[in-house]
Amino acid sequence: MYAKTRISAAFDDLINKKAKAFIPYIMAGDPDLDKTAELVLTLEDCGADIIELGVPFSDPLADGPTIQRAAERALAKGVTLKKVLTLVSGLRKKTNIPIVLMTYYNPVFKYGGGEFIKDATECGVDGIIVPDLLPDEEETFITNCKTYALDTIFLLAPTSTTKRVQLAAIKSTGFIYYVSITGITGANIILESSIAQMVNTIRETSQKPVAVGFGIKTPAEARQVARIADGVIVGSSIVKAINDSSLDELKTYIRALTEAIKTAPDG
Amino acid sequence: MKEGYFGVYGGRFVPETLVPALDELDEAYKTYFKDKAFLDELDILRKYYIGRPTPLYYAKRFSESLGGAKVYLKREDIAHTGAHKINNAVGQALLAKAMGKKRLIAETGAGQHGVATATAAALLGLECDVYMGTLDMKRQSLNVFRMKLLGARVVAVDTGAQILKDAINEALRDWTTNVKTTHYVLGTAFGPHPYPSLVRELQSVIGIEAKAQILDMEGRLPNYLIACVGGGSNAIGLFHPFLDDLDSRVNMIGVEAGGLGIEPERHAARFAGGSIGVFQGCKSYLLQDEDGNVLNTHSVSAGLDYSSVGPEHSYLHDIGKVSYTYVTDDEALRAFDELALKEGIIPALESAHAVAHAIKLAPTLASTQLIVVNLSGRGDKDVQHVANIKGVHF
Repeated sequence: MYAKTRISAAFDDLINKKAKAFIPYIMAGDPDLDKTAELVLTLEDCGADIIELGVPFSDPLADGPTIQRAAERALAKGVTLKKVLTLVSGLRKKTNIPIVLMTYYNPVFKYGGGEFIKDATECGVDGIIVPDLLPDEEETFITNCKTYALDTIFLLAPTSTTKRVQLAAIKSTGFIYYVSITGITGANIILESSIAQMVNTIRETSQKPVAVGFGIKTPAEARQVARIADGVIVGSSIVKAINDSSLDELKTYIRALTEAIKTAPDG
Repeated sequence: MKEGYFGVYGGRFVPETLVPALDELDEAYKTYFKDKAFLDELDILRKYYIGRPTPLYYAKRFSESLGGAKVYLKREDIAHTGAHKINNAVGQALLAKAMGKKRLIAETGAGQHGVATATAAALLGLECDVYMGTLDMKRQSLNVFRMKLLGARVVAVDTGAQILKDAINEALRDWTTNVKTTHYVLGTAFGPHPYPSLVRELQSVIGIEAKAQILDMEGRLPNYLIACVGGGSNAIGLFHPFLDDLDSRVNMIGVEAGGLGIEPERHAARFAGGSIGVFQGCKSYLLQDEDGNVLNTHSVSAGLDYSSVGPEHSYLHDIGKVSYTYVTDDEALRAFDELALKEGIIPALESAHAVAHAIKLAPTLASTQLIVVNLSGRGDKDVQHVANIKGVHF
């Protein structure tokens, strides 16, 4: 077996404490890379368990307007995958919090799959979420990620069949990302029993933790999701708050999300 | 070769949400293209609605003016709605209906695929939303109105460069959201599997007809096939039936948009200025920067103004079965004029790229050589644009 990754260690620790993971998403380089470094530490201070760091891409087809605009701002600042890796490397002098990159596949492909895995793990990246990479594509790349203990977190959706659930369960390491809606990031979540049913279906297939994301905005929604999943991912509304609110307001919002997730009763 | 791949190109690079819909489409494609009732219905629509077979026309005055090979034109411009796009749109709409989908969505650049999809939706009684970049909507306002006349809703896309690639992103986002009720009519032989194969299948009617027609008229196969390549559906439709080994004597040339010249963001010649990348559902040649962000493109022709190219073309390029070249905006505009003057045929600016290459090639060949140019669309939609370029404003 491989050494336990920071992500798996974090989930093991939380599960022992019967607590749920809070996984905020921010776009690297929005508003700039120095601010992103500060924000990661702020999120950790305010209770985040794992950080999901977006890599800007010119054509983010799984993202809604909020994250599209954030990517455009970051690209306009000249942010690249290489610079995001350097950012993580710098952060590793200050924090041990698990960091997952959310990147589209082309920047990784252009970087060179093998080179990327080597550099990312050296810089202290713990895992990747690639919304346009399916678990049945790019076998060599995915296998190499496993070899170098870079967690590959695959997504499942309300449309996923049993076969797809099984495949994602086998190929995912760290955790499994359940997309709560058929849609794009930032859309409105509809809290219905089907989410719990699907999370249960995934759990019947796999021992791996299941985090739920897409469309979760309010502490009340986060609390609802925390009742049924092992982790709660909040993205667009945090990206929005970073741009629209003061730092104090942002901290208040993040703490409220943490509080809601940490105090959610099970089931 | 892995299913859905052409060599190392193709595949499926899309959100997980879409996988069941792609599987369903693949299944329907495999089932219905063996189903006699479905194929009969498609044949009837091709014959009586689209107007197939389209003629293969010997362009005598045009050929003589060039002083070399005989140039034949495959007249897709005569097809209903004025371009080859209708072959694909009607076929996919029929498939969507067979799958029980109530709504079609499509992306469009120049508006031809949007018009074709809106037409097919009206024909079959389906709802239709067409995504179009706001810049393209301004350039092609006539086609926007045509789509509305046909009952489609045109959705303005104001993200990115507000052109075709942005419209595709938005169509994919819509499909991801409404996948249960909606079929995405992708307009070219591109995107995630099975689209490159499905669209090729529907467009191969061009090459099948052209082959039979040239054998009938000349008693032999042509020496050259020439087609413009944006996404590449008209080209793959013409080339594919000639690709088997017995036809290896047929030289095939794909013509990309050279725009203002081969410098970043001034052209759309993926084979001249691109490298392998993953974009909008598949792996293929792509115009991108060193960090893997997709570059903007330029062409006088909106239909060729795209950053990537159908994955089968990338494969045919690498194995040397098809050669790819480009012509500039100016060369295409001269060809546009030339065909109008010599034959009374105004080509689409896309097709004018293929004509422009024939103008270069034909004089270098003996008069016994035969060239077939795919005249993929007619130029009515471009008349106003060309007038503006010539300084004429209405």
